[in-house]
Amino acid sequence: MANLCGVVGIGQTKYDAKRIDVSMPGLLREAALRALEDAQLTFADVDAVVIGKAPDMFEGVMLPENYLADAIGATGKPLLRVHTAGSVGGSTANVAMSLIHAGIHDRVLTISWEKQSESNAMWGLTLSPPFSVAVVAGAGGYFAPLIHAYIERSGAPEDTGIRTALKDRKNALLNPYAHLKIPDIDFEQIANSPMLWDPIRYLESCPSSDGACAMVLAKEDLAEQAPHAPAWVHATAMRSEPNQFPGRDAVNPQAGRDAARDLYKQAGIQNPRQEIDCAEIYVPFSWFEAMWMENLGFAEESQGWKMVYEGATALDGDLPVNMSGGVLSSNAIGASGMIRYAEAAMQVRGQAGEHQVDGARKTLGHAYGGGSQYFSMCIFGADKP
Amino acid sequence: MSDEANEIKAIVTPVRLDYDFTAGLAATQFLRGLEQKKIIGARSGPGAPVMVPPRGADPRTSELVTESVEVSDKGTVVTYSVIRVPSDNIKFELPYVCINVLLDGAGVGMFHVLQKCPLDEVRIGMRVQAKWVSDDQLSPNVASIDYFEPIDEPDVTYEQIRENT
Repeated sequence: MANLCGVVGIGQTKYDAKRIDVSMPGLLREAALRALEDAQLTFADVDAVVIGKAPDMFEGVMLPENYLADAIGATGKPLLRVHTAGSVGGSTANVAMSLIHAGIHDRVLTISWEKQSESNAMWGLTLSPPFSVAVVAGAGGYFAPLIHAYIERSGAPEDTGIRTALKDRKNALLNPYAHLKIPDIDFEQIANSPMLWDPIRYLESCPSSDGACAMVLAKEDLAEQAPHAPAWVHATAMRSEPNQFPGRDAVNPQAGRDAARDLYKQAGIQNPRQEIDCAEIYVPFSWFEAMWMENLGFAEESQGWKMVYEGATALDGDLPVNMSGGVLSSNAIGASGMIRYAEAAMQVRGQAGEHQVDGARKTLGHAYGGGSQYFSMCIFGADKP
Repeated sequence: MSDEANEIKAIVTPVRLDYDFTAGLAATQFLRGLEQKKIIGARSGPGAPVMVPPRGADPRTSELVTESVEVSDKGTVVTYSVIRVPSDNIKFELPYVCINVLLDGAGVGMFHVLQKCPLDEVRIGMRVQAKWVSDDQLSPNVASIDYFEPIDEPDVTYEQIRENT
């Protein structure tokens, strides 16, 4: 049995299109200090720092771990960087948790971030190697065809994505950290917003955000002494698969299904729909909620869209999803996975304010990245595993 | 330290990324084929799926590829999107149709652009064919295929291509 790990501090920055009021180190420090304040600790109490961000070309900053060390209290300590594309915020936390689980460190600070305003992520994503033609315009251009394939195989109604976006945009209004808030948002506004990458409309897409998220993790006895109830880590899982291979199901990837199965097995979960109280999952384009409901085992294949239609994933549904407003409302790419984890952990700590799900005791955090290739997941509990 | 009016908020530092691509044996055959209007994939043995563009090994098993296989320049649209967003590196005029096309004989789809087709007629299962650039423009680059265009053949059902999406 591995050592237990508890989340004892959580810190988020306000997510925004341009945080020109802070440098990149300042952005990380803001999140880190908030997480430490929540845990009533200082940098001196931390044994190691694990950081993660999206590819360097998204921000044009190479080897950020070198010049960030002093701002995040890592001087003279182990400093490790994790890199798994869009899933990085989740896998960074998983790696940090593993240092506690393995008994290597007592307290670990983990931070993920992105300052998209300082570069051009779409440029960083649109490659033109000689063996494929530059035709896939950014992440939306890659994921839109997968959504078409999902619609074809599931027969999902065309407005599934609009309904999902409406739910997340309403939830965002309850989250003080959310970037994109549209107070009078309604179905028509989303339906009439411009089509960007058919079938993805503008208001069904994530924004480009600056922001950082941090968590302080502690081993069992130190977590028990924390000033606020810890979120106990019940299970973590990661899987990856190549971008392209014969027979690959990119709509419902094997790596995601395997990670979810492993996760539930570790956490002793037989029926995820019944046993998990709410979930923060990585949905950069609205349709991915329905798709991931299937991949994560909450719905049978081709049935995920019905959960959206029936309101099951609404804040008052039986499995609320993306209570914070999700990636659709704040997308600091490198941080987005850790934000999912942080929000899932906040729910079991009763810290989620206006978007708190009553009685949430077991929650899921989820992230994916690349061409739906990298998956990171975590189960948090109010009780010890 | 309080001269805020003179504070530099940001400086622009452009990044370029030029690199030499080592094609390796499998990709070399693919790229040389394109110079002759041929699409050459590879597989790890008789009966194995043909990868286009080829890899040096089968991504599922890491088995080395042993065989080059020419596939057709006709294929089926396995999925698509109409792109209406500009991107710096992309030369196509907006809107354009990005397709994942499964070439006849291939075991994986590849992304390319579909032209000569009204936007509201693009659909999964439609049959298309490569339109090559003129002979003097052919090069060891997938840009030797100028675009794909619809051909007058009956659609393929989704069930027949499902395992390639």
